[in-house]
Amino acid sequence: MKNELIDYCLRLGDSSLILSHRIAEYCSKAPILEEDLAITNVGLDLLGQAENFLTYAAELKGDTTADLLTFKRREGDFRCLHLVQTPNTDFAFILARQFLMDCYHQILFSKLISSEDETILGISKKAIKEVNYHLDRSNDWIKRLGLGTTESNERLQNAVNDLWMYTDELFIDNSTDIAMNKNKIAPLSSNLKSDWLEMVESALKFSEIKIPQEIRYSLRYGKDGFHTEYLGFILAEMQHLPLLYPDATW
Amino acid sequence: MENEKKLEQFQGKIDANIKIEPKDWMPEKYRQTLIRQISQHAHSEIIGMQPEGNWLTRAPSLRAKKILMAKIQDEAGHGLYLYCAAETLGVKREQFLEWLHEGKAKYSSVFNYPTLTWADMGAVGWLVDGAAIVNQVSLQGTSYGPYARAMVKICMEESFHQRQGFEIMVELAKGTKEQKQMAQDALNRWWWPSIMMFGPHDSESAHSNQSLKWKIKRASNDELRQSYIDKTIEQGHHLGLTFPDPNLKFNETTKHYDYSPIDWDEFWNVVKGNGAGNKLRLKHHIKAHEDGKWVREAAKSYSKKMNLSKKIA
Repeated sequence: MKNELIDYCLRLGDSSLILSHRIAEYCSKAPILEEDLAITNVGLDLLGQAENFLTYAAELKGDTTADLLTFKRREGDFRCLHLVQTPNTDFAFILARQFLMDCYHQILFSKLISSEDETILGISKKAIKEVNYHLDRSNDWIKRLGLGTTESNERLQNAVNDLWMYTDELFIDNSTDIAMNKNKIAPLSSNLKSDWLEMVESALKFSEIKIPQEIRYSLRYGKDGFHTEYLGFILAEMQHLPLLYPDATW
Repeated sequence: MENEKKLEQFQGKIDANIKIEPKDWMPEKYRQTLIRQISQHAHSEIIGMQPEGNWLTRAPSLRAKKILMAKIQDEAGHGLYLYCAAETLGVKREQFLEWLHEGKAKYSSVFNYPTLTWADMGAVGWLVDGAAIVNQVSLQGTSYGPYARAMVKICMEESFHQRQGFEIMVELAKGTKEQKQMAQDALNRWWWPSIMMFGPHDSESAHSNQSLKWKIKRASNDELRQSYIDKTIEQGHHLGLTFPDPNLKFNETTKHYDYSPIDWDEFWNVVKGNGAGNKLRLKHHIKAHEDGKWVREAAKSYSKKMNLSKKIA
């Protein structure tokens, strides 16, 4: 069970870490200054959540730290979802990816605040407050882009179409999910799907965005350690300094 | 005649340290000087996000990453306060950005230098923010109310940035041989640009006298520069690093540090657009602004539609 708990913490921590990295890449590129502020705020919250989950994973593992897990771990040992690895194609992609993740986090953390694992419960209590604000913001932007102009609607529709295939992974149960559920630490991922779909569909439909067809893609998932081609580049950049100067502390 | 009387009353208020507020009468030149100065200050905050953003995805620890991200966010916030303060003088933010993109408005030249190693995140915080604070602390007493109030808020956050930058330098200075070299190299590259941030010598400064009389500026370029040098040298010695100036020594008579002549050719060359980053920084900002056009249009159109439907309802 301990190994599954570590695996679960890595999944949550790594997903927030990599999404925060994508947001960091977008620094100083937002359409308006207010949005630069808001999105960086979201990135900071995610980084905090990542640190909390990775610190817990490190404690459970023993003989490591959140920093070592971040900067000295190999790609195949990361457990982040594919969705957060996708690149910042344009504002519509960044926003759609954020919205899909915000809905997922909102539903997930609202369940994790009743976890029987006290650390997960504590982290989630803090995270849910942040995530509610993230969702408010991305939900507002979904409306603006969906109902704004023909161009913005098209761009958002394209983003949702392209990102949809990666949402499959959010609701697939692997052996970690089963163990977490059995020990009342976390819900099954598959149990989150109907709430998530309802939330996403109602926002997208209101904003005149069509829901893409559900197709079973032939994918092996990030939560199992199989990643997109994007992750290697993210890690190459993120881990570059600690790997280049292995004896240094920062 | 009437104008002269107004001018006299205006100067009277300034002399009595009463703040000038947006709706008060002010000489056109006072307004124009403030528009130039505050918007330049706002642009500096925004352009300054780029050299630091350059290292955000490569920060070598989670703590360092969080601190840097929060710092860049603060800078966006400072830019926002300052644009708002500048807008009280009757110019819209969109216009300020247009002037920036056309090259009519400047930003601090120091941001045209590249950030080449992680130690630059330390040196920029310690030296560039350190120099900025000296100037900004003095500007808390500036005569224009909205600018002075923005400065009070900004100074509180900037002092954190300076300490965080210094902390990076401390870490590197006591680290491995390579880390110490990295810190020394960053100090070598950022020392002179940070000194130049205070602008030309008082004898050469085009706007200084009138600005001091109107209390837009509260201290001269050279006074501020000297105060920055005096306090920074002590900090550098604490790090065990050396400054790239063989003539830097404490003068027992003046009780200040003497320093070598500043290379003004380099300063003016960078101001005129020939620094390593001038084209890069501006291109980056213009591209982000152009890429965001469809988003701003969508937001505007959505807000119009919502207002319309509210009216109908």
